[in-house]
Amino acid sequence: MTDLTQQTTYFTEDHEWVTVHGDLATVGITRFAAESLGDVVFVELPEVGKAFKAGDEMAAVESVKAASDVYAPITGEIAEANEALVDAPETVNEAPEAGGWFVKIKLADADELSKLMDKATYDAFCANEA
Amino acid sequence: MTMNTQGRPTAPAQIDATAAPETVSGSRGLLQAEPLIFETERWNATGVDLPAPKGTPDRLGGLARKQKAELPGLSEPEAMRHYVRLSQKNYAIDLGLFPLGSCTMKHNPRLNEKIARLPGFADIHPMQPQATVQGALELIDELASWLKTLTGMPAVAMSPKAGAHGEFCGMMAIRMALEARGELETRTRVLVPASAHGTNPATAVQCGFTVDEIKAGPDGRVNMESLREKLAEPGDIAGIMLTNPNTCGLFERDIREIADLIHDAGGYFYCDGANFNAIVGRVRPGDLGVDAMHINLHKTFSTPHGGGGPGSGPTVLSEALAPHAPVPFVVCDEDGVFQLIEEDRREAEQTMGRLVAFHGQMGMFVRALTYMLSHGADGLKQVAEDAVLNANYIQARLKSVMSPAFDGYCMHEALFSDAFMEGSGVETIDIAKALVDEGYHPMTMYFPLVVHGAMLIEPTETESRAELDRFCDALEEIAKRAAAGDEALKGAPYLAPMRRLDETRAARKPVLKWSPPGPESLAAE
Repeated sequence: MTDLTQQTTYFTEDHEWVTVHGDLATVGITRFAAESLGDVVFVELPEVGKAFKAGDEMAAVESVKAASDVYAPITGEIAEANEALVDAPETVNEAPEAGGWFVKIKLADADELSKLMDKATYDAFCANEA
Repeated sequence: MTMNTQGRPTAPAQIDATAAPETVSGSRGLLQAEPLIFETERWNATGVDLPAPKGTPDRLGGLARKQKAELPGLSEPEAMRHYVRLSQKNYAIDLGLFPLGSCTMKHNPRLNEKIARLPGFADIHPMQPQATVQGALELIDELASWLKTLTGMPAVAMSPKAGAHGEFCGMMAIRMALEARGELETRTRVLVPASAHGTNPATAVQCGFTVDEIKAGPDGRVNMESLREKLAEPGDIAGIMLTNPNTCGLFERDIREIADLIHDAGGYFYCDGANFNAIVGRVRPGDLGVDAMHINLHKTFSTPHGGGGPGSGPTVLSEALAPHAPVPFVVCDEDGVFQLIEEDRREAEQTMGRLVAFHGQMGMFVRALTYMLSHGADGLKQVAEDAVLNANYIQARLKSVMSPAFDGYCMHEALFSDAFMEGSGVETIDIAKALVDEGYHPMTMYFPLVVHGAMLIEPTETESRAELDRFCDALEEIAKRAAAGDEALKGAPYLAPMRRLDETRAARKPVLKWSPPGPESLAAE
């Protein structure tokens, strides 16, 4: 599985992470988000081929505590969805920033990445939020 | 003198035994163990013996089931005991304080039940000729008039059957008003604060709108700056859905300004009336600029809910939305005759149509009006005052050991965060489970989402100071143990019929249907 420490990862204020290979962005929810949610029991993923604008509701994640929307961090089309999460939602807790990825998005505009946070900024953001 | 010579001891023996014994039956004293009705292992018993039908032609046309229905067989006393035993496992407002926040679990007066059982209300049918049910129609009209007066609104739709159904009614009315203005295609965005009930965004989406979340400010109320930003380009604004008092138990002080901003943006203001109990008789939503608001008769007006039900959610509408009210509605003509107005009438030409088969929850209308008439206008005002006073009493009694989520007085519910036990290892859910051991239904937990580890407590006006003290004594002790990191809390409940359940496994691998034991398990026995 992708090792996030080896490449640039971007973060949103809504606790999604993004890593980019070429024009394909892998998206998931952060460890901070997974820990705040508690045990994840259900994940709803978008259909492959569906297009989203940055900030659109793209997927949903439900834990024993709450149901939350997952927003598209960047504009683009869904190239792949991690269907394994449907039967094994616990992967989101076990490996939120690896095997627990949600979707791969075909980037429409790579410039949008510059609006997202890097790891240090995101960690500071979380420390402020907690 | 007469001596007791039979040897019956009348005082308990002095034996040092604290552990409860394991029982053969699985029952714990008079709390009987009760299996699922399918697990009674009795399939041939029956409560009533009827002779097999003779000479009646089968009109099922080959659709008769070929396999046995496999229904459990119980005699009448067995069936009776099964359900009474189950009912004894239930917690109800008739058993004790029910502190669920935002649920307004108040006492359901017995007088309501008596009046609802009068044959003129209980034994009528919605398809009876209207001339034979004039009293029932008058009751609907009178209740409507009370609701309009209390809210300061010109119209009310009586048929919605629950809070979320009322939201649907209000948002449909907004949708129809936008359609009449020719702006349905362009005005698609509905603003919903982060602290809203989950039904609000769900309703907006159900009615074809998109949801745009407004962040809460540090004081737990709508962040006005965030709202103004959302309204910077108002061309697509359909409206806002706002609860007042909100789910943090706080009055939205800027509500008039919010209403004006939304109206200036060309949108409508839906107010969620779930927390009307805090302001009934004190504040009229009509004066706040509200366009639509549902009223939970099963909260504010004391009709049963939470398993008792059914709910009822009449929805008041402003002048702008009133023409789109659902049918049927009751009017009184100049001869004093009450009529139900249906779709074919000119008064209803812009209606959204029917929301339910008939007129709404008639039984709840009777109970709600009974409550209003038995309290009177002054009594209802006192309801709101006492509900708010009780919540503030709880907040004041517990604020030294727990952490109120926001400064200052609350409205009808007291909200605490888990800050007071941070780092102790004990969490909100442990507090809730420990309350079960103390004989209380837990408070609302982990909601609203804007407060970490939220505990939301709504005592309503039902509880006396003595009862509030008993509850606070229990919660205070639990909170102190939590702050001290008492590990034992993580094992609660210890005294409930079931110990703590694995919610995660239940949600991930739900077993929704009972299956008869297979041949393997039978062979193993």
